[in-house]
Amino acid sequence: MQPLDFLQIALYFGLLLVCTPLLGGFMANVFQGERTWLTPVAKPIENVIYKISGVNDREEMSWKEYAASLLVFNALGFLAVFGLMLAQGALPLNPQSIGGTSAYLAFNTAVSFMTNTNWQAYSGEAALSYLTQMLGLSVQNFVSAATGVTVLLALARGIARRQSSSSSSELPSKTVGNFWVDLTRITLYVLLPLSIILAIVLVSQGVVQSFGAYITATTLEGHSQIIPLGPAASQIAIKQLGTNGGGFFGVNSAHPFENPTPFSNFLQVFAILLIPAALTYTYGKIVGSVRQGWVIFGAMLAVLLVVLGIALWSETSYNPVLQASSPLEGKEQRFGTANSILWGMTTTVASNGSVNAMHDSFSPLAGGMAMVNIMLGEVIFGGVGAGLYGMLMFIIITVFIAGLMVGRTPEYLGKKIEAFEVQMAMITILAPSAVILIGTMIAVLIPQGLSSLNNQAAHGFSEILYAFTSAAGNNGSAFAGLTVDTPFYNIALGIGMLVGRFGVILPALAIAGSLVSKKYTPPSLGTFPTDKPLFAVLLIAVILIVGALTFFPALSLGPIVEHLLMNAGKTF
Amino acid sequence: MKTTLIALRLFLVMTLLTGVLYPLAVTGIAQGFFNAQANGSVLKGAQNQVLGSELLAQKFDSVIYFQSRPSACDYGTVASGASNKGPTSKALQDLVQERRAAFRTANGLAAAQAVPGDMAFASGSGLDPHISTEAARLQVARVAKARAFDAAKTQVLQKLVDNAVESPQFGIFGQERVNVLKLNIALSQLTRQ
Repeated sequence: MQPLDFLQIALYFGLLLVCTPLLGGFMANVFQGERTWLTPVAKPIENVIYKISGVNDREEMSWKEYAASLLVFNALGFLAVFGLMLAQGALPLNPQSIGGTSAYLAFNTAVSFMTNTNWQAYSGEAALSYLTQMLGLSVQNFVSAATGVTVLLALARGIARRQSSSSSSELPSKTVGNFWVDLTRITLYVLLPLSIILAIVLVSQGVVQSFGAYITATTLEGHSQIIPLGPAASQIAIKQLGTNGGGFFGVNSAHPFENPTPFSNFLQVFAILLIPAALTYTYGKIVGSVRQGWVIFGAMLAVLLVVLGIALWSETSYNPVLQASSPLEGKEQRFGTANSILWGMTTTVASNGSVNAMHDSFSPLAGGMAMVNIMLGEVIFGGVGAGLYGMLMFIIITVFIAGLMVGRTPEYLGKKIEAFEVQMAMITILAPSAVILIGTMIAVLIPQGLSSLNNQAAHGFSEILYAFTSAAGNNGSAFAGLTVDTPFYNIALGIGMLVGRFGVILPALAIAGSLVSKKYTPPSLGTFPTDKPLFAVLLIAVILIVGALTFFPALSLGPIVEHLLMNAGKTF
Repeated sequence: MKTTLIALRLFLVMTLLTGVLYPLAVTGIAQGFFNAQANGSVLKGAQNQVLGSELLAQKFDSVIYFQSRPSACDYGTVASGASNKGPTSKALQDLVQERRAAFRTANGLAAAQAVPGDMAFASGSGLDPHISTEAARLQVARVAKARAFDAAKTQVLQKLVDNAVESPQFGIFGQERVNVLKLNIALSQLTRQ
């Protein structure tokens, strides 16, 4: 680690601290329908969208209507990508004449992009036409990220909206917002403007943005080299900002056309956490206390800094097998070890899943920390919207445990947390965990699972464990040596992604519906304050204990034992 | 039914906005203001023939050129890839030892001399256009000898390498590096003079 490495990391987190209230405050205004500096430009477009779509923006939805709208809208996204992938051979904007994909791959990819996972069992430059990338994948990059925020907004409203306790004759409004309006505003006011700016800066650094056919070069030594092109920058910008992570090219942001310079690298890795971090502030604004948001931000940041420290230490330690500290296998010279690990940790805490170095070649504990980050539930910043609603599930569990300690019915921001909320929150934690452990168990027992391995012994186990972890956490990064474009993995991981996404979204919306209809209970002496550092500590403890109890046995078979074997000089 | 209709219409509008208008707008601006970058940062030769992209590594087998980093996909671009070998991989261990030995032999290094990590380990993209400064400097003597440079010309070559060193961007971001293709193009021009 050079002084410059520390400086880059300090700059990264400093900038994140500065941008969180700025963007967070802006988003709070947008989502609450208040005027912002973008309103003069965006409001007319917004109104046109509602008019064309037949949306009444004053209409409010119950949680069930909200959930139904979300599901139908997401299903359409699935169908669009699925259809485009099968039919791309016969469609325009395909200068390389790439044929349709298998139905297995189309299913896996359509689920993957709809669920904001962006797991990729293909390489874009070889398998997808420009049309599929643009009309299928780019669109899902936007709307899957927006979907994540809609769920967060519904939940925040469920917490923040107060039913008047006096008039029992008046039916309390039990609505959590309008899905169409939320989705439109996030896309139009936040994702699109940021993406346009980022995409253009990325092009200035060398990211390609062209509809031309691939170029053939003749090298100095007389070989021929194909130079791939495509509308990459526009997709890469939203891939980072929307915690999607799906690369235009197969090797993702390690590819020099996807991430050409150290500056493009900094912007892209910063874009991963920008919106998830800012949403903590937005949330604080919506529930009426920015301190609530900052405490969540603090808990997230603390965990990230610790995992980053462990991973940096592990990666820069001496590997006796390869006889090198900071071995550069799978890393790019322009980024180096520190930037590769910074990216590797932020992309896994944030459910982004893009990579600028190959996680499969990370040291055992750095690769292991990447896995741990996802296993903790993608709540350390997490996906756009998804990280924070996931975190709110852990907050519900935490106030419940705090309530048990003092022997009172727990409440959170004036809403009583009762059996239903705790049950739903537990489902959101158990469903992805079950996918990881059961999926891995099945894969290591059958030949269809084992025949895809690229590494042996403990590291091979890690490849499979990582794949199911990534799917269940809707992350999308991989120990990419595993051959996953097979019917078994395409289907198994596709199901895993669906459970990991909707197994969290539906219970979270149910909680929103339950909380919104509850009366406001003013805080009393017995209320555990959730805007103090002590709460952050308790929250972190709950997250770590749940994660450790669930995954320690699996981790010890993979990264932990590999670390010990590596230090003993063993190879496989 | 009403929900499905709204969903369908909104989905089509969103597709138009984010899947058509947005990429087209970015393409328009990119092609207008950053034409070279948007089209692959192509490097051309004297007859305007395409030599490659300054961002994509090429395979340099011959001793008269500076070598790129090892590539697990043999510098293939459709698609490119990495070894994805883990930290306890026997295959990777063997390969790295082979590469170190080959680099030492090719460049006349002592058996005890360390080989720069970027020449022993393959990149993530398989197309890393850069090598470390050290890896470039260690190749100067071999290239000069292979091209039968005299002392004066070797000095010019040395300077060429020094000038090819790119500092961390804006003094902060990334690491020092040398672009191999640009260096080799400059080298071939130097030889022609």
